[in-house]
Amino acid sequence: MTAPEVRKTHAEPLFRIARRNAVSVKTKIVTRAAAILLALVIDAFFIVLVTKLNPFAVYARIFAASFSAPMLFMQLLRDLTSLLCIGVALAPAFRMRFWNIGAEGQVLMGGFATAMCMIFLGDRIPTSALFLVMIVTSILAGAVWGFIPAFFKANWNTNETLFTLMMNYVAIQIVAYAVNIMRGERASVGSINKAGWFPNIFGYNFTLNIFIVAALTVAMYIYLKYTKHGYEIAVVGESERTAKYAGINVKKVTIRTMLISGALCGLCGLILVAGDKHTIATNTAGGNGFTAIIVAWLAKFNTIYMTLISFLLVFLEKGAREIASTYGLNEYIAGIISGIILFFILGSEFFLQYRLIFRHRAEHAEKGGADK
Amino acid sequence: MAEKAKTDTGRKPDAIRLEGISKSFGTIQANRNVSMSIRRGEILSVLGENGSGKTTLMNIMSGIYFPDEGRIFVDGEEVTIASPKDAFSLGIGMIHQHFKLVDVFTAAENIVLGLPPEESGEGKRLDMKAVSKRIRQICDRYGFDIEPDQKVYEMTVSQKQTLEIVKVLYRGADILILDEPTAVLTPQETEKLFGVMREMKKDGCAVVIITHKLHEVLEISDRVVILRKGEYIGDIATSDADELTLTEMMVGKKVALDIERPEPVGRKLRLAVKHLTVIGPEGLPTLKDATFDVYGGEILGVAGISGCGQKELLEAIAGLQIPAEGSSVTFYPSSGGADSELVGLTPRQIKELGIHLSFVPEDRLGMGLVGSMGMTENMMLKSYEKGKSFFTDTQAPKKLAEDVKEDLAVVTPSVSTPVRRLSGGNVQKVLVGREIAAAPEVLMTAYAVRGLDIGTSYQIYRLLNEQKKKGVAVLYVGEDLDVLIDLCDRILVLCAGQITGLVNGREATKEGIGLLMTKLNSHDDNSRGDGGKEG
Amino acid sequence: MIQENLLAWLTRSIQFGTVIMYGSLGEILTEKSGNLNLGVPGIMYLGAFAGFASVFTYEKNHPNPSAVVCVLLGMVFAFLAAALGGLIYSFLTITLRANQNVTGLALTTFGTGVANFMCTFMFPGVYAKAGFANAAFKTKIPFLSDRLGIVGQIFFSYDLLVYLAIVTAILMHLYISKTRSGLNLRAVGENPATADAAGVNVTRHKYLATVIGAGVSGMGGLYYVVTYNDGIWATTDEIAALGWLAVALVIFTTWRPLNAIWGAYLFGTLYWLYNFLPKLLGATNTERTASLYQMLPYLVTIVVLVAVSLRRRRESQPPASLGLPYFREDR
Repeated sequence: MTAPEVRKTHAEPLFRIARRNAVSVKTKIVTRAAAILLALVIDAFFIVLVTKLNPFAVYARIFAASFSAPMLFMQLLRDLTSLLCIGVALAPAFRMRFWNIGAEGQVLMGGFATAMCMIFLGDRIPTSALFLVMIVTSILAGAVWGFIPAFFKANWNTNETLFTLMMNYVAIQIVAYAVNIMRGERASVGSINKAGWFPNIFGYNFTLNIFIVAALTVAMYIYLKYTKHGYEIAVVGESERTAKYAGINVKKVTIRTMLISGALCGLCGLILVAGDKHTIATNTAGGNGFTAIIVAWLAKFNTIYMTLISFLLVFLEKGAREIASTYGLNEYIAGIISGIILFFILGSEFFLQYRLIFRHRAEHAEKGGADK
Repeated sequence: MAEKAKTDTGRKPDAIRLEGISKSFGTIQANRNVSMSIRRGEILSVLGENGSGKTTLMNIMSGIYFPDEGRIFVDGEEVTIASPKDAFSLGIGMIHQHFKLVDVFTAAENIVLGLPPEESGEGKRLDMKAVSKRIRQICDRYGFDIEPDQKVYEMTVSQKQTLEIVKVLYRGADILILDEPTAVLTPQETEKLFGVMREMKKDGCAVVIITHKLHEVLEISDRVVILRKGEYIGDIATSDADELTLTEMMVGKKVALDIERPEPVGRKLRLAVKHLTVIGPEGLPTLKDATFDVYGGEILGVAGISGCGQKELLEAIAGLQIPAEGSSVTFYPSSGGADSELVGLTPRQIKELGIHLSFVPEDRLGMGLVGSMGMTENMMLKSYEKGKSFFTDTQAPKKLAEDVKEDLAVVTPSVSTPVRRLSGGNVQKVLVGREIAAAPEVLMTAYAVRGLDIGTSYQIYRLLNEQKKKGVAVLYVGEDLDVLIDLCDRILVLCAGQITGLVNGREATKEGIGLLMTKLNSHDDNSRGDGGKEG
Repeated sequence: MIQENLLAWLTRSIQFGTVIMYGSLGEILTEKSGNLNLGVPGIMYLGAFAGFASVFTYEKNHPNPSAVVCVLLGMVFAFLAAALGGLIYSFLTITLRANQNVTGLALTTFGTGVANFMCTFMFPGVYAKAGFANAAFKTKIPFLSDRLGIVGQIFFSYDLLVYLAIVTAILMHLYISKTRSGLNLRAVGENPATADAAGVNVTRHKYLATVIGAGVSGMGGLYYVVTYNDGIWATTDEIAALGWLAVALVIFTTWRPLNAIWGAYLFGTLYWLYNFLPKLLGATNTERTASLYQMLPYLVTIVVLVAVSLRRRRESQPPASLGLPYFREDR
């Protein structure tokens, strides 16, 4: 270790990183839009590389996949609601910094409860009673799945990320077991009898989903922003010590919030099964439980932003499926396209929180700000 | 003065010379154009108030922070210290105020952490036996008591500090920087540390000690460098200095505190604290059998070395810590109604009894306020649940926020700007403003003026006095003895979790309180040496 | 009959265990650096795809394929592709300080997408089999496997990658607990600020542990396709399920590589319980209850997770800074 060799001109880092002060809304929008655009360019390169197609033609098709016919647009809304609904359900948990990775399982349990009601009670009780039972049981099922990890987190600080993750697979195996028992060895129980389906409104049987989720999104926005519960959640999420100082019962809030989050995930399951899929299988949630986590995080728990991000992801996914079927590709291309978009959006956050100070330019660097 | 000191050293280049160092954190300028030198065979004190930029400057030398501007020379050669590794290779070792130790590692593992194999001489493989042997050699050399296989989470504070020193010596550092090392030590432990420092000086090391305790500066150092508000003020040979000159350089003017102290009127028993004991997370008492009374209409000061039970005392009264069996805190309302027992109640339950207990905690943004929220939302932190509505009332807090902003002259773009972005003084004004606005009967403050400028500090003293005149019982935990003596009616002195004295503020002397702050240590020493069972 | 069943069960359990052992060994290394990479399923997919694609292409284009070349080719490509996934994750979370959980989940989406999309270009149809590679990878230890009777069958009748997994676990254990670099790595995961102040290059350790860890996890994907699944590429969700099980196994081992050896086999035994236990007991219609048995590894993991948090033993806790970004100048 020869000290003299460490000379300023050589060893001064090319650039340094410093925290920056809060940035303007304009900078935020520009940065994120740039990230998305850049990702779309990379996606285009990728598409050209593997398909040798004109990227503009491909993007035109992607656009057409959602907007060329009312039916397609309605389907976009349907898929949007499936994703957004879970994101909304996760919002309170994430606002509280409770890493609920278990949405997939909570949704599945809700859907499972709904399907059980439809199958076993479908023809035996009046429709209105059936809906009531479906709602109650699906909410309960999801809430129980949210409660278990929350209970251990609140009392013994058990790692909730890992716990909720494990609960997903317990749920999946329960559903797999039940499906096996009911319908032999098949992966799905097939279309369930019509009792318990959501009614057909305006020619689509998922119209009700859109209304429910829209209402939930607004309600959750209000809940988090304007209610005492929402305030408590925000304080607990920021600092448990502050919460205790303020007299907030952290355990109670943790468990209550996860009951709500789980219950809403259960409701998502109901919406998926009764209002869309009309069947139950281990992949009923279809990975949306995981994607919704990304949505909830990127939206910084704001349900209005969640709508925009869900829209972007669903729009791309539908578009990707469309080009897959048009050009004879497989539909996993959607995973690549949205994966790249997500990487770029995640990476762009860096530029909103930090600034780079390049060598010899420190004097001219903008006056950013760290929070002391 | 600086010029004179420089000519004394002669030809040998300084161990470290800083030229024009500046460093800012966002809007906070921690160091501004600081130039100073550190010499071998000398113990240098860096003196300054809280927030004068001492620690930042030392962190720059040890590679934790990179300066915005300026040059660093080691032994006359210009160097770049981009990381702690660079600092180590230059022989610079720093003992941080907040220990940099891995809890689940043993002492020996912490010591070899990050060392390149060639420097420790035991080859590529990690030979813990050889490491332990060398640790024991160092310990024998300086008389340290460190068990290489002990886990850090089982150690006492003073053991951890010793470990930090051994760690730096193990690396062969010959420029040592100690950041407020005595804050957590008993006088005996401090003496031992000073002995070690003198030993190092004899070995030709450059030793730097950061402190704001004047008597220590005078006792241990050869030369003093004074920083104020991030700027270099000057240096002075200790032999030429006394407390007065140092204080003048440190605060910039004579310490004429001139804090108002109105005579208490209508002094009335408000809190009777009896046998209050708090057991810490390690199973040892952090506050032992505290018994005292708090009166409405007076300010009761609490003095003591930091970490001697002040935090536990306030938090136990506020319902944030669960006191041990047999503790009692009785509240006597100013209205003269029935008294109530606070021990065993949560903050919420205390509030529900109609008791207005305000608390300005030490950790302002981590406990007293929510950093990401604006003033308005922070105003409702302790009152948001008022009323039966499911929704929060935003009108009243907004009005309150505007009032506090106006009355206390809080500098903020708007009442919705996250308080995290305000300066330290303004953050404290928001917190104190809220706590006072709650019309408290008891107001507890912990280090209410720490890190604040003089103007804001006086504003806080004025606010506390106003509360006192209103008949509020004020508990003021402080660290500056001058302020305690000038502001408080009575001063409670804590030492190692025990009350060692209760003195009248009008008659108290700094020396008297200083003695009480260290009183217990003499007969407490044996047990601490044996593994610090007294914590 | 009973012995045959037991041996078949053991073989199946060990093969299954080897898949998740690679997955979790890689993740242990990653998590020791404080990175919680939830992209393991995606990474295993990447390893599976690249490994399989390389051996498949080699075998189809070479008249006389060599077993050694085939095995090496598969391993190198599986490792590199998975490590590339780890590199994406590292860049986003370490350099750009993106949230670890979210980045991991995005990587799972991405890796699954890449593997399942690219396969349509590499292989004709949805069904592709690399027969030669399967045979090459399944080569047992000569002599020991067939001469030692039951002992040979129990201990020596597996293929190279099974033993390589055990060796990896032991090497990783030695690295983490006996070397300087391993000590530094643990410090980075426990308390990066302390490690940094001690002169440890936090960024380098995090990058290396995460990228190499991802590479090791990718070997699990390779083993799944070429051996466990008999050299058949099929777009199933099972790799993803096994990826999550590997994450579970990390918790089960309390972040100790040696525990991964028996833990992985235990998980394998539990997972295949549905097939063999009823057979041993003489029951029929076993498929129906399969799912209940397959739930066991997850349940066991939950029990361990809860037990660890209840006991609060310092040595069994996750690395203290797991999941948190590090920025030196934060204070």
